[in-house]
Amino acid sequence: MELNDYEKEIFCTVAGTTNGDDFEVPAGAYNFRVNGKSVGRNSTKNIDVKPKTDKSGLDITIKPGTKNEQVHIPVAISATGIKEAVYNDFHIGDNSEVTIIAGCGIYNCGPTDSVHDGIHRFYIGKNAKIKYIEKHYGFGPGRGGKILNPITEVHLKENSEAILELEQIKGVDSTIRKTTADLDKNTKLIVKERLFTHGRQTAESVYEVVLNGKNSTTDIASRSIAQDLSKQTFKATIIGNNKCRGHSECDAILMDEAEVHAIPALDAKTKDAELIHEAAIGKIASDQIKKLMTLGLTKKQAESKIINGFLR
Amino acid sequence: MLELKNICYEVKGGSRAKILDHISLRIKPGSFTVITGPNGSGKSTLADIIMGIKTPTTGKILLEDKDITNQNITKRAKDIAYSFQQPVKFKGITVYDLLNIASGELIAPEEAGEHLKNVGLNPDDYLAREINDKLSGGELKRIEIASVLARPAKLFVFDEPEAGIDLWSFDNLIKVFKKLKKEKKTIIIISHQEKILKLADEIIILEKGKIKSKGTPNTLLKTITGENHGA
Ligand SMILES: Nc1ncnc2c1ncn2[C@@H]1O[C@H](COP(=O)(O)OP(=O)(O)OP(=O)(O)O)[C@@H](O)[C@H]1O
Ligand SMILES: [Mg+2]
Repeated sequence: MELNDYEKEIFCTVAGTTNGDDFEVPAGAYNFRVNGKSVGRNSTKNIDVKPKTDKSGLDITIKPGTKNEQVHIPVAISATGIKEAVYNDFHIGDNSEVTIIAGCGIYNCGPTDSVHDGIHRFYIGKNAKIKYIEKHYGFGPGRGGKILNPITEVHLKENSEAILELEQIKGVDSTIRKTTADLDKNTKLIVKERLFTHGRQTAESVYEVVLNGKNSTTDIASRSIAQDLSKQTFKATIIGNNKCRGHSECDAILMDEAEVHAIPALDAKTKDAELIHEAAIGKIASDQIKKLMTLGLTKKQAESKIINGFLR
Repeated sequence: MLELKNICYEVKGGSRAKILDHISLRIKPGSFTVITGPNGSGKSTLADIIMGIKTPTTGKILLEDKDITNQNITKRAKDIAYSFQQPVKFKGITVYDLLNIASGELIAPEEAGEHLKNVGLNPDDYLAREINDKLSGGELKRIEIASVLARPAKLFVFDEPEAGIDLWSFDNLIKVFKKLKKEKKTIIIISHQEKILKLADEIIILEKGKIKSKGTPNTLLKTITGENHGA
């Protein structure tokens, strides 16, 4: 794969495709996308990675019963002024267990915005389990914005499970993240979101999870840090249409002049729906800073330990 | 080692005009001092002042004859280690992380494990645990003490180390204090426990922000245990 240093840095950071020192092509199925083009693609016996013919994106099909396999589909933008919408559909066969590593990084050294809208749809078969990891990262000296708008749509069939780990590392100027899901009976959706905004960045994260099936459960846990003049909005709606359990949690640390808005919504359509929302917004707890200072850290060092831990 | 000169601490809306009222103390190097007294008498406030977490309204603090009254917590941490009465909880920071921070350098899991064994915790069960509210009160307290034992300090201050610790582990804790004493560390413990009071070279009784009396366990223990039943 021909990659420049920025592209390598992006892939190592967002997709972990590194041997520790340098970029490394991962084992298994993958598609690496750079500035709108695929620069490397691989399918395996059980995982088919096929480009769409009608629009930009991939159809990824995982054979029933596939176990312990990974797919990497990260995206890098290293040129200024690129605007793309990419549609990836995942057809996850019954009884399979796979990890999907996506993620997108933008290096922008020019005056024009670069935008990546990633639309991911997951059709998860019966008894299947997926873990989906998506990291976002932006850097570069240009005035042009680094903008990422992911849309994630999850459809869970009976007895299936999805774990979504969604992380915005840093450097993303503007993001609108929309995650929707519908759950059949005995299914489980776990979301672990980590958001870090700084400068004048804005981030909006919207969830709508519909618990249709009996004994479906969801746990949406968002932790975020808002620094400088950044602004974040967190909106989580859980709809319980059946005997189900839903929990959403927004835990935000505010620094400097930043703002965070948390808008929870719980919509229980039956008395057997148990729905909980928790939200906590505040500055770094001063007793945490003091404790770490008594262990020899300066105030700055203490804050950075606390932040790094919080975003883990 | 440590000298407090006429320390007063006042807050608006406090339970009394002076939370601490002209406290003067001399702590000798290598000595073992136990501070006791009723709830609200100002013991934790005094410990906070020694560590630099609170600044006295008036008065001076000297450490090895140097005025540290205006020194910040980080600087004082070079010489003073302090175990909080209320252990602090975090998110995403593990016991191993905390012990690394406390040691001032990256230490091997084995070395971190030794600090945990000192407080009766099995390293295999606890090193990777996050220090959050999933831990019990007693577990948090022991981790708090372990983090202090990992400090390369000269003066150790423990605020009610026995609180929440079960009886079995309590004896272990006593051994830890005896060991510190052997290592010629200077120790100040705030405690209501007879077994700890007995270890003291000097006991100081605080009441309503003032030093009510000072003395050896022999001279003071009877009055204290009598009083504490009422407190
Ligand atoms: N910021 C404050 N505002 C008002 N009152 C305060 C403040 N800080 C301390 N106090 C009061 O000062 C007194 C001493 O508190 P301190 O925590 O030092 O007591 P203590 O001797 O450690 O008690 P305990 O045995 O319960 O731990 C208490 O009455 C407390 O309510
Ligand atoms: Mg106290």
